[in-house]
This record gives sequence, C-alpha cells and structure tokens, in this order.
Amino acid sequence: MVRREVSGAHYGLRDWLAQRVTAVVMVVYSVLFVVMLLKLPRFDFPSWKAMWSAPTMRYATLLFLLCLFVHAWIGMRNIVMDYVKPTWLRLTLYSLMILALFAYGAWAVQILWGR
Amino acid sequence: MRFQIYRYNPDTDSKPRMQFYDVAMEPTDRMLLDALVRIKMEDDTFAFRRSCREGVCGSDAMNINGKNGLACITKLADLQEPVVIRPLPGLPVIRDLIVDMSQFFKQYHSIKPYVVNDTPPPEKERLQSPEDREELNGLYECILCACCSTSCPSFWWNPDKFVGPAGLLQAYRFIADTRDQTINERLDNLEDPYRLFRCHSIMNCVDVCPKGLNPTKAIGKIKDLLVKRTV
Repeated sequence: MVRREVSGAHYGLRDWLAQRVTAVVMVVYSVLFVVMLLKLPRFDFPSWKAMWSAPTMRYATLLFLLCLFVHAWIGMRNIVMDYVKPTWLRLTLYSLMILALFAYGAWAVQILWGR
Repeated sequence: MRFQIYRYNPDTDSKPRMQFYDVAMEPTDRMLLDALVRIKMEDDTFAFRRSCREGVCGSDAMNINGKNGLACITKLADLQEPVVIRPLPGLPVIRDLIVDMSQFFKQYHSIKPYVVNDTPPPEKERLQSPEDREELNGLYECILCACCSTSCPSFWWNPDKFVGPAGLLQAYRFIADTRDQTINERLDNLEDPYRLFRCHSIMNCVDVCPKGLNPTKAIGKIKDLLVKRTV
C-alpha cells in the first residue's frame, strides 16, 4: 500500500456532541442519586432495596449507564487515537472496547432487574 | 545573568546537551533576544532564528523556562535564573534552537489560507461592512510563530493529522470572512476526528500566544458552525 498520510473521515461532530449531551445526563443523574440517598428514611438494606425496586430508578440508572458507556467509548477512542499508531492494533482495541461495553450493558440490565 | 541553553549540532554531536552561559548584561539589554545576541557574540557556534526583534515576524519562538514565547518580547527582568532555553517542543531540531517547521506550515496550507471568491473582482477592493470586519479581529493578528501548536499535546501526538491551534485559528479567519465563498468546503475540510476534533480545549494555546489571541475560542466557533449546519 502506498505510504501517504490520509485524513478527512468526515465524522466526529456527532461524537463530540454526544460526549457533551451524555455528560449533562450523567451530572443530572449524579445529583439526583445523591438527593435520593439523602432522602432515604434510614441507611439500611430494606430502604436501599425499596429505592431500587422503583421502575423509574431502574430506568434512570440504565439511561445513566448507557450514557456512561457512550461517553466512555468516545473518550477511550480519543486516547487510543493519540497514543496507538498501528491501524491493526487500533481496530483490535476499538473492537474489544465495543464488545466490553455491550457486555457491561447486558450485565447492568441483569443487575438492575435481577432479584 | 545565567542561562542554560539547548545545544545540538547534528554534524558533530551524537546527542543534544545543555550548555551554561554567564553573560554580563548592559543596562540597555531589556529583552531575552538582547541576551541571546550577546551570547552569539561570545560563541558564534550558537544558532537561533530572529528577524524583526519586535514581536511581528514570529521567528524567535522558543521554549523559555518551560513556556513557549518570543525571545524579543520576553522581558529579562521577568525571568528566573538560570533561564532555561530550549527549541519549540515536538518539532524536529535542525540545529540548537532552530526547528524544522515544515509540518506546521503543511497544516497551515491545508486549510487554504486565502480568500476564495469566483465572482469577477470589482474595480477596487471587495468591501466588507464594519460589523463583518469586526469578526476578523483577534484572528488576522496571528504571526504563525508556532508557539501555540507546539505547546499542544494533540499536535505533539498527531502533527501529521491534527491541524493544530494556529491552523484552526487561521481556518476560522477565512470561515469568518464574508468575502469568501467556500465556507461549506472549509467546514467539510475540517469535519474530521483528527483535523479538528483532536482539540479537547485544554487551552495551552491561549496560555502561550505572544499576541494574546484565543485559538480555543476560534475552534469553538468552528464547532458551533458545524452544529448549526447539522442540527
């Protein structure tokens, strides 16, 4: 293959925007989570369990985690872009990161809706 | 005054070294460039670039006590001794403080730093309203000294793919120019994970710019235009 510099993939705006939007979602959730904790009647297991049994809490947490995964994907890819040069190694790392994040997503659902 | 200066001559040295100089200063010596010229008088093997000696040409950009700046407008009185002077970081050293700026200018040229307008030129100049001209303030003053781009980690890691703060400030200078007709092509040229989005707004460029310009703000405006175009 010819050794020339190539750039101009014509993407990046969506990721940049997504990183900002997901950051806002995570901040809002984090504040709400602390408020929820402070509003617990008692710091014991039954009230903790009751807090997590509410569907809104489960869906809000899932939303937070999905935002976290998208945010992490963009951030981790940025780090790889800076420091990892060989294309094959980059592609391998990207694939591993995406697969891991999907696995984490499934695991999160299992934790949130498990008994 | 005591100076510690990066010395490297690829013809004779196997690796770079730091050399100490003790220089007797005259009362008329005010700027770092005066001291460097004095060192050059004592040791003519010492090489650096300078030209206008008043912060307009951008030739004597170097790393002064860990921060990029122009020697000619850096006051000696403000410097802590020993003054450690190194070439601009991240660029190949040709000799002593002289670096190879090819990569920097390659990125500058990649943003087409000129007004593109295919309409027949008018009798005199192409006119702008004072309000439209106002937008170019803080952009056109860039002297391409490379202090900003060589203080940017994103430029250190990807100088071949990331345009860098100087190039992006210039890119916005022509995006903002109402006489230019190619704003969409210019945005297309920049919409890329490397060319534009390597900037993570850490603002090293703003910190070092000897002309007091704000590349991060210009880059933010480019991103705003991309959002406006897409959303």
